[in-house]
Amino acid sequence: MKKTGAEIVIECLKREGVKHIFGYPGGVVLNIFDLLYDDKDLKLILTRHEQGAVHAADGYARATGKPGVVLVTSGPGATNTVTGIATAYMDSIPIIVFSGQVPTKLIGNDAFQEADIVGITRPCTKHNYLVKDVKDLARTIREAFYIATTGRPGPVLIDLPKDVTGDKTTFQWPEKITLRGYNPKYEGNKWMIKQAASLIQKSKKPVIIAGGGVISSNASKELKDLAEYTMIPVIMTLMGLGAFPGTHELCLGMPGMHGSYYANRTIQEADLLIAVGMRFDDRVTGRINDFAPHAKIIHIDIDPTSIRKNVRVDVPIVGDAKRVLKGILQVLKETEKKQWDAVRKAWLKQIDKWKKERPLTYEFDEEVIKPQYVVERLYEFTKGKAIISTEVGQNQMWAAQFFKFDKPRTFLTSGGLGTMGYGFPAAMGAQVAFPDKTVIDIAGDGSFQMNIQELATCVTYKLPVKIAILNNMYLGMVRQWQELFYGERYSYSYLDVVPDFVKVAEAYGAVGLRATKPSEVDDVIKEALKVKDKPVVMDFIVDWKEKVYPMVPAGAALDEMIFGEEKKKKEKKLRAVK
Amino acid sequence: MRHTISVLVENKFGVLARISSLFSGRGYNIESLSVGETIDPQISIMTIVTTGDDKIIEQITKQLNKLIDVIKVTDLTEIDHVEREMVLIKVAPKQEDKAEVLRLTEIFRGRVVDSSPRTYTVEITGDEKKISAFVELMRPFGIKEFVRTGKIAIAREGVKK
Repeated sequence: MKKTGAEIVIECLKREGVKHIFGYPGGVVLNIFDLLYDDKDLKLILTRHEQGAVHAADGYARATGKPGVVLVTSGPGATNTVTGIATAYMDSIPIIVFSGQVPTKLIGNDAFQEADIVGITRPCTKHNYLVKDVKDLARTIREAFYIATTGRPGPVLIDLPKDVTGDKTTFQWPEKITLRGYNPKYEGNKWMIKQAASLIQKSKKPVIIAGGGVISSNASKELKDLAEYTMIPVIMTLMGLGAFPGTHELCLGMPGMHGSYYANRTIQEADLLIAVGMRFDDRVTGRINDFAPHAKIIHIDIDPTSIRKNVRVDVPIVGDAKRVLKGILQVLKETEKKQWDAVRKAWLKQIDKWKKERPLTYEFDEEVIKPQYVVERLYEFTKGKAIISTEVGQNQMWAAQFFKFDKPRTFLTSGGLGTMGYGFPAAMGAQVAFPDKTVIDIAGDGSFQMNIQELATCVTYKLPVKIAILNNMYLGMVRQWQELFYGERYSYSYLDVVPDFVKVAEAYGAVGLRATKPSEVDDVIKEALKVKDKPVVMDFIVDWKEKVYPMVPAGAALDEMIFGEEKKKKEKKLRAVK
Repeated sequence: MRHTISVLVENKFGVLARISSLFSGRGYNIESLSVGETIDPQISIMTIVTTGDDKIIEQITKQLNKLIDVIKVTDLTEIDHVEREMVLIKVAPKQEDKAEVLRLTEIFRGRVVDSSPRTYTVEITGDEKKISAFVELMRPFGIKEFVRTGKIAIAREGVKK
C-alpha cells in the first residue's frame, strides 16, 4: 500500500517507539500536523516557542535515555531551533529535529519562510539531511535515529520539503542500517585495557574523573564497581553529576572553575587520572599546562577526537565507557589480588584532610536568603529524589555544588554551550516523560525570562514543573566577574526591571509563591511540592551580593583557587594571573 | 608541516560543504583541495593539502573520520606516494624569446595547447617542485594568466595504507 510522506513520518516515529513530540506548526508542515490531529498514540506537546520545544526534547532525552523528537516549520520555525540543537550537540544528547521546508521546486528561490537550515545546522548537528524524494524518507528517518542514538550521541536534523510530505510511495521499513562511513567502536582495545589496569595497580594516588559519557553509556554501575573495588575516589564533571552517587564516601564532587577545593587539589596531586566519558573542557582543566602535573592519564571515550585534543594521554582507550570499565575491572580481578584499602589508606586520608580543610560552604544569614540555602533546602525536601534542571550562571553552579545527585539522569544542565533559558523547558520535557516525579528547575531571574513563555505549555498539559528562581535582580555570574575582574563596573548586568514573578505565574494560570526571608523558604517549598496539576514559580529573593566560590579564575591553574572569605587578600594575585 | 590527505567520501550533495565547513569552523588551513569521482560513481575522492603540527593533523584526520559521509581518511604524507598537479600558463613572450619558451616547455615535458600571434598556452603536469621551477622560469617572459589544479595524490602500490 502506498503512503504519503507525512504518513511515513508518523509510521516511522511509531516504529522507533516515539510517544511524544515537541513542536510548533506552520505552513509547510501541515501535512504532518493534520495526521497528528486524531492520532491516539503520538502526542504532540505544543510549546510556545521552537527553542522551548528543542530544549524540552533534550530534557526528555536526558531524563529517559531515549531520543527526543521535535517537529517545527520552515524558516523562522527552523532557525529558532538552532540554539537548542547546538545545546544538545555540545552535550551529546540524542534528539531528532524534523523541520519543514518549502517545496523542492522553490528551494533556493528565497521563498516565503525559506531558510537553508541544513546549511545553518551543519556545524551543530551530528548529521543532517534534506530529503528530496519521498522514496528516501523511511530510510533517512531510520538512519537519523540510528546516528543520533549510537556512538557518541547527538542531534540529527531532517529537513522535509512540503511536497515530499505530500508525495506517495510504497512504504518500506529498513530493518537494519549499515553506513560504510559510520561504525562506532564500542569494544576498547584489549591491550590498552591491560595497560590501564596495570597503571591502576601501580598507582598510589589515583582519581577517576567521570563525565557525561558515563551517563549516556549507562555505565554508572560499572563505574561504582570499579571505584569501590579499587577504592579510587571519584570526581564528576558538571555533565557527569549523578553518574556516581553524590553521597558516596568516595565522591569528591565537581572539579574545575567552581569545583570543590578537594576535587581540584586531588587532581593536582594525583599520580593517575582515569578520565571516563569526559573531554577535558577548559572549565574543567583550568590552565592546561599546569593541569594534573604529576599524573599519568588514562582516557576512555567513544569519540576518538576527544582523545589528545586538550591534554596529553598515556593510555587512550576508544570505546564505550560501560564495556571498557567492565573490562578494566575484570583484568584487575584476574591479576594479582591487592589489599586495596591498605594501599589507598594514606591517599584517602590525605583527601579527607583536604575535605575538612575547605569544605563547600557558605555563610548562613538570618535576614537575607542565601541562594545556597535554597538549594540545600530543596535537596532536603526532595530527599534527592527529584529531577533537577538548571539555567546557566550562578544558579547552575550552586545547584551543582549543593545538591547531591545519587542517580544518573536526574541532573539536566547545559554544560557545554551554557544556554540560558535551557532549564525550564528541559524540566518540562522531563516532566512529560515522568509525570509523577518531582521536577525542579533551579533558575535565575535572567535565565528564566529567556523561556518564560513555556509556563503556558505547562499549564496547558498540567505539568507540575517547579521553578525555583534565585532572584538577585542581576545576571549574577556576569556581575561576579565584573566585581572580581572588571573593577566593580557592572556594565549591563543589572536587570533594572524584573517582573513580579508571582503575578506572572498567576497570569499564566500557574501558582506563584515568594520568599523574602530565610524563615519563609521552607514553607514556600512545602507549598510548592503539594501542587500536582500545574507549574509553580517560587520566587526566592536572595542576597544579590553572593558569589560562587571557590573559583579558579579563567586562565589560572586548578590550585590557584580563590575563596570567599579571602577575596580581598587574593585579588591582587588574580590580576597578575590574567 | 605540510600534509597531503586523501579522503574517500560519499558522492552526495553537501559533502564538500561538510568538509570545508569543518576546516573553517575549527580553524584548520586548506592549501589546496581537489575533488573527483572514483571508479565507483557513488564515491568521490578528495585530496586535501593542509598544514599543522602533529596534534592538529591528528585532530584533522579524526574530525574527518567523524563525519558520517566520510568513508576513509589516509594521510599520504606518511607513506610513499605520487603527487601530481597541473597548471595552464598563458605566456606572452617577445618575438625573440619565443624559441626559448618552447625549448623550456620541451625540457619540462610540457605541451603547448593553444597559441595566438602573441601568446602560448602551456600545459605542465608534475609535482610541486617541478611546477614551481617552471613557473619561475616563465616569469621573466611575462605570464598573462595562470591556473593551477589542486594537488592529487595516490599511494604507490605495495605500500601499507
